Parts: sequence; structure tokens; C-alpha cells
Amino acid sequence: MEMPAPNASVLSRKDQIVSRLRAVLPDNAVISDEAETRAYECDALTAYRCPPLCAVLPSNTQEVAAVLKICHEMGVPVVPRGSGTSLAGGALPTADSVILGVAKMSAVIETNYPDRYIKVQTGRTNLSVTGAVETDGFFYAPDPSSQLACAIAGNIAMNSGGAHCLKYGVTTNNLLGVTMVMMDGTIVEIGGAHLDAGGLDLLGVICGSEGQLGVVTEATLRILPKPEGARPVLMGYDSNEVAGQVVTDIIKAGVLPVAIEFMDRPCIEATEAFAKAGYPMCEALLIVEVEGSDAEIDAQLALIMEIAAKHNPVELREAKSADEAARIWLGRKSAFGAMGQINDYMCLDGTIPVSQLPYVLRRIGEMSAEYGLGVGNVFHAGDGNMHPLILFDANKPGDLELCEAFGADILKLCVEVGGCLTGEHGVGIEKRDLMTVQYDPADLEAQMAIKDVFDPAWLLNSAKVFPLASSEARRAA
Amino acid sequence: MKPNSEQDLAQLITDANGPLRIQGGGTRRYGHAEGDVLDMSAMSGITLYEPGALTIVAKAGTPLSEINAALAAENQRLAFEPMDHRSLLGTNGEPTIGGVVAANVSGPRRISVGACRDFLLGVRFVDGAGNIIKNGGRVMKNVTGYDLVKLLAGSYGTLGVLTEVSFKVLPDVASQTTLVLDGLDDAQAVHAMSAALSSPYEVTGAAHDPATGKTRFRIEGFVDSVTYRAKELAHVLAPFGTPSEEETDWAAIRDVSAFADQPGNVWRISVKPSDAPALVARMGAKAVQYDWGGGLIWALTGDGDLRAKLGDFKGHATLIRGDVDTPTFQPEPAPLAAISAGLRKKFDPRNILNRGLMA
Repeated sequence: MEMPAPNASVLSRKDQIVSRLRAVLPDNAVISDEAETRAYECDALTAYRCPPLCAVLPSNTQEVAAVLKICHEMGVPVVPRGSGTSLAGGALPTADSVILGVAKMSAVIETNYPDRYIKVQTGRTNLSVTGAVETDGFFYAPDPSSQLACAIAGNIAMNSGGAHCLKYGVTTNNLLGVTMVMMDGTIVEIGGAHLDAGGLDLLGVICGSEGQLGVVTEATLRILPKPEGARPVLMGYDSNEVAGQVVTDIIKAGVLPVAIEFMDRPCIEATEAFAKAGYPMCEALLIVEVEGSDAEIDAQLALIMEIAAKHNPVELREAKSADEAARIWLGRKSAFGAMGQINDYMCLDGTIPVSQLPYVLRRIGEMSAEYGLGVGNVFHAGDGNMHPLILFDANKPGDLELCEAFGADILKLCVEVGGCLTGEHGVGIEKRDLMTVQYDPADLEAQMAIKDVFDPAWLLNSAKVFPLASSEARRAA
Repeated sequence: MKPNSEQDLAQLITDANGPLRIQGGGTRRYGHAEGDVLDMSAMSGITLYEPGALTIVAKAGTPLSEINAALAAENQRLAFEPMDHRSLLGTNGEPTIGGVVAANVSGPRRISVGACRDFLLGVRFVDGAGNIIKNGGRVMKNVTGYDLVKLLAGSYGTLGVLTEVSFKVLPDVASQTTLVLDGLDDAQAVHAMSAALSSPYEVTGAAHDPATGKTRFRIEGFVDSVTYRAKELAHVLAPFGTPSEEETDWAAIRDVSAFADQPGNVWRISVKPSDAPALVARMGAKAVQYDWGGGLIWALTGDGDLRAKLGDFKGHATLIRGDVDTPTFQPEPAPLAAISAGLRKKFDPRNILNRGLMA
């Protein structure tokens, strides 16, 4: 993955830049020692690394504004960073950039139960947002797999989803307002505790803009009353086609499960070896979870089991207790770890129309044979968001490149059948050069025009999202 | 001007010498746009509907009624319950799906499931320079590039003319009921609605009408589940009184029918619910209605800019029906106004799309 050459003028002014940053931040909030900046050389896309010029860890909105004002004046690129869990390289630095980390900003500013929102600093982790309100019976709905570590700042930048968004939506559907610092240091308030925008929906375009439009320092998030209960059912089938049909039939029957998860045989085998959750050995496994009171869950599961039974399941198992529910989820939740035990893997994130599921799985299987690389599929079937895990050997020369080529072919297939390159991880650098597969030049031009308005000098995280060739003139200007 | 295709439309915009006033069914005529009418009704028809994927795609000029009928045949619906403005504004014609998106129109269920913009999956549009642009798509999870889908929803045609939109739809429900509390004042009513919406019983409508003193709570779903949740919700509401079950015309609440035949300006104010009663007290309105658990206030007033009475408040007020001298949209703080103006200039450099409507 190519990154632009660092700006020599910026590199040569490192001392000057660092001293100006030190003047506006506490002593321990500027990291410029080369051994220490290594901690910021990559995010969760670890195949790509580059230490930044320096890293800053401000404590509040005013400090963020002071940092950005200086960088703006001195023409220094800035890469915002939440917790560094991006799988797409969203927080990958360039050598001439200042990493602006929000890790020190994790306070809860306000909780308001009558109006059902919480206002937090954006360095707070996703799970600890729910942690702040759960004893009072509320939760924050978006639940990315990395929720223990990932920060709200990154969730907003990537518009993160999770397993339960079929019912509750993704970040953008649960974000009410932000305090954001523009690249020139201007602080703006967008939205608030009320619903919907009065003018243009700027909040909607900021969410998912991958840290390219501004640095969000505070966020007002919608919180929801916790459901009375939730329970999953597990079903196994001997073909992907049949499992895909079951998903469609459940949705058409008028039930709206909170989650429908899908695993294929390679994934089932790996997780069984690793987690021993007691999954049946079959071609396709579904976990369907519904919410409500006990009686409501019983009624919904009865309907779902009736549909499932019509398609000759290899196994059909309803959780009768919390322990059984946990066992059903155990394998799914350890799937990524299990695949990581047997190999290095690359996790993809394309979305497809649910109706294309059997065809896409068959094609992935064929391509797997052509490339000679194994692939396991585990994904959110209710909304068509796939997570193919391609297995490769990082120590074998050429294997990473082969894996990337295979990944690109899978993502092209997703677009070809009416889907998209990324459902919840973001473009970052990983899918940057594939953007032309999904979008025409006019489509990309329209998106880049938005960045022109928010960040005219193209200093914020500019080597991401758009193919370098498309953005070159703007970055060079 | 009545384009038949995206290409037609792009040519027409490229060739335009003056401002264009974009019209779907012409039923949501609020605000004041200049120019020749650009009639989008010829670009009509459902292009894709996959009930099993909960997805529908339609050209922007498609009548809403056609979409609702197609969805009803599969026991599905647009869950955000778009308001019909005809009775309130005294307009005729056939509301179109493009108009719903352009104005980000939602109804009472917005409080529980989200707004039009939350269900919108993709758009195609032609910008003010005649460029054909697409964003989003037809799948439920999509973070590929910037989200112009949200930006276009509620942009009232000022950034581009919508040609095609795609939506996530939801299953229709088997049954519903409405619990009603009587005689609460505004503050008590908002408290009661907050309590209901903070319960796990999935209230999909919470509205209060000070004129009748009735506070209404809607519950929807499978029959047994509705019965159960209505019973449980009554316990939650017990501190505020004993609710009765009463058949309720939620379409009338959605459409603010109570103000339809009454003269005066009609305002739509979005605030956080607990701020609503104090704001209403400041308005001196002829009548108000609360929806969204108190987060949406409909106010019937005399002439003039209500915002002067509201003062500095957190939220926004839109003039839906009223005198021409009052700005339709809430003025934005300077930095946001600059961003919005910058975006309009990028997407409509000649300022020809619905000129004067939003800024």
C-alpha cells in the first residue's frame, strides 16, 4: 500500500514544531522521542507501519484546538487517533504527521435519563459508555467487536456498527451531537440533545468521514432502555444456499431479530478446535437472537424454529438458560481469535444484498481454490455485512501480496452484486485504491469537495479514503 | 420542465439560465424558492424491491402511495411513518418519495425507530453543475466513503436534484394499541412520556395534546406481545394516573390535523423533551401539540418570527406554514452557516437549485 512521500520541509522543522506544541500542552502530552513515537506507528492493520513526527495527547477541546491551530499555521499534516483499533489503517501515520490521540479524554460530561442521552469525551471506550449507564437500566447500542478497547472518536470516524445493528442501527443512527475542532482550530457545536438537523445534516456527513473533516472531542449519544431479556437459537444446515434461504424467510415472516450471525464450515471447524462450543460440524451455522420478556422471546423463537425446521436443519438448538445462551455465543465471539490461532489472517468487511449470499459464498470458495489460500466466513447475515477471513503466512514471501489480491477480488465481487467495499470498518488505506471500483470520478469528486470545505489545505488524515491519484492535486496544493 | 431521465435532467440543469424550483408532487410547499418549476413526476417507478432483504429502490418521482401499496402487499412498511403535509398546507397532488427525502419527513415513530435519513440507504442525484452523482447503495451497512446520503436527506434540493433513492424497510405489525392518560399538564405529560420511553416496552409513539389533556402511548407488535407490554406499561404510568386503552388516529397526530383548518402560522420545533414545557410557556401560541415524547413541538401562532420569543434555545424551529417575511429555517451559528454555504457553493456553484429556500 503506497503512502505519499513525507514533506521534507515539515521533517526539517521538527524541533520547531515540537517546541510550539510543548508550549500549549502539559509536559507529558507531547511525545517526540523516536523510541516512544513507535507506539503510534500503526493501528490494528499491523502490516503497515510508520512512526509519526510526534504524538500529542491533549486533555480537552481547548488543547485540541491549540494543537490544530499550530499545525494549520505551520502546514503540518495531522492524523487523529482514537484507540488505534482500526482494521483499515485509519490511524496509520505518515512520517511528517502529528498523531493527535484522544486517549486522555475519557470523561463522562453528562448523563440525562429523562431525555435519554449521555455526553462524553470521545476518548472514552465504547463499552464504558454502556458501563456508565447500565446500572440504571440503559445501554449504548452500537457494539463493534472491539468495543472493550475502541474509542467513541474512532466509532464516529468510521461510523462503526456491530452485531446488533439490524435492530438498533449503527453509530450514525445513535449520534445526536458533537463538539468538533476544525483544522484551523475553530470549535463548532453540531446537533445536541434534540433530534435531526435544522439546516443541512452536517452531523450525518461528519460521522463516517474517517477523521478527515475535523477532530470530534465530545459526543452526545442516544442511550436506550435495556431489553428485558435476550436469547439465541442455533441452527446448522448442510448448504450455504439453504442457510441463506432461512435468513430470508425469517426476515419475511415479520420477526426482527436483533442479530443473525452466520459461520461457514472452515470457521466452524477452527472455532470448535479452539473454543469447543459444541457446534455441529456442518456447512453453515446460524445464530439468531431475539429480545423481550420470556413469553415474548418464547413466541418469537417458536416462529423462528418453525421456519428453521422446514429447511431440514442438521441441528436446531434453543438456549434454555443463560449458560446455554453463552455457549451458543462462545464460538462466534471467539471466531476471530480461533482463526488467528491457526494462521495469520486478513479480515474483510464488504456488504452484499442478502439475496446474493449463496452466490457470493460459492464464488469465494472458487477463488480460494484459485489463489491457494484458505478463507473462513463469519458475518452479520441479517444485514449482509460479510467478514471473510483470508488465511496467509506473514513469514512466507509474497503471501501477504497474494492475500491482498484475493481480498481485492472478493471486495470487487461484493460491489458487482450490488453491495459495497466496507460495511463497518471504513476505507482507510486498506480499501482506498479500490474506491474507483464502487465510485465513478464524479462520485469521488463530490466527496472530496466536502473535504475542501472543511479542510481546504487537506492536512487532516489526507492520505486515506481517496485513491492517491484522485487526491494528488488537492494534497499538493 | 419535466425530465424523463437522469441524462435529460443533467442536460437541463447544465443548460439552465436561471433558478429552478424543484417539485415532486408539490404537496410540501413551504419556504420560498425562486425560479421555473422543475417537475420530477415523470421520473417514477419502483426499480427494485427485495422483501427478504428489507430493501426498496425507487425513482424520486414515484408516488408515496405506490411505494406504500407495494410494501403493504408484502406486509412491510416505511417505519419512519412520513407525514402527509396536504391537509396542513392545503395542497393537492401526490406526495413523492423524493419529496419525503428532500425534506427528511418523519412521523411519530421517529422517536423509537429513527427518521427518514436513518432508513435511507442510497441516493442518486444531479448537482447544480449537471454532474450525475451516486452515494451509498442498497445495502444496510455501508461506510464506503463520505455519507452524502444523510447530507442529501433534508437538503431540500439545494445540493442536488434527487433521481433515485433506496430504503431499508421493516415488517409491518400484526396489532397495535394506544394507552391514554387524561388531565396531565404539559410538564407532567413530558415526565410520563419520558418514563414510558425509558421502559423496555418499546413505545412507538408518545404524544400529548394540551387542548384535550390527553397523553397517548402507542405499542405495536405481535398480538400477545402488545397485550403484555400494554399491561406492563400501565404499571410504569401508574404514578401519573390509570391509563385507558383508546383507539387513536395516529395519522392525524402525524399530520397535525388539529391545525389544518385553523388560521395562523405553523411552527415545528425540535428540542430535548425536558426543555419543551418551558419553551411552550414562552411562545404564547394559540395551540400546541407535543410529539416524540415532547421532543417535537407543533405550534400554531400569529404572524411574526416565533424565534424572537424562544430566545437562545438548544434546538431548531422551522416555519412550516406562514407569512413570507419570516425565515423558514433556523439561522445557524456563524461557523456552521459558513460550512453550509461552502457546501452549497461546491454542489450548486451557480446557486440555481431552489434558490432562496434554505439560505
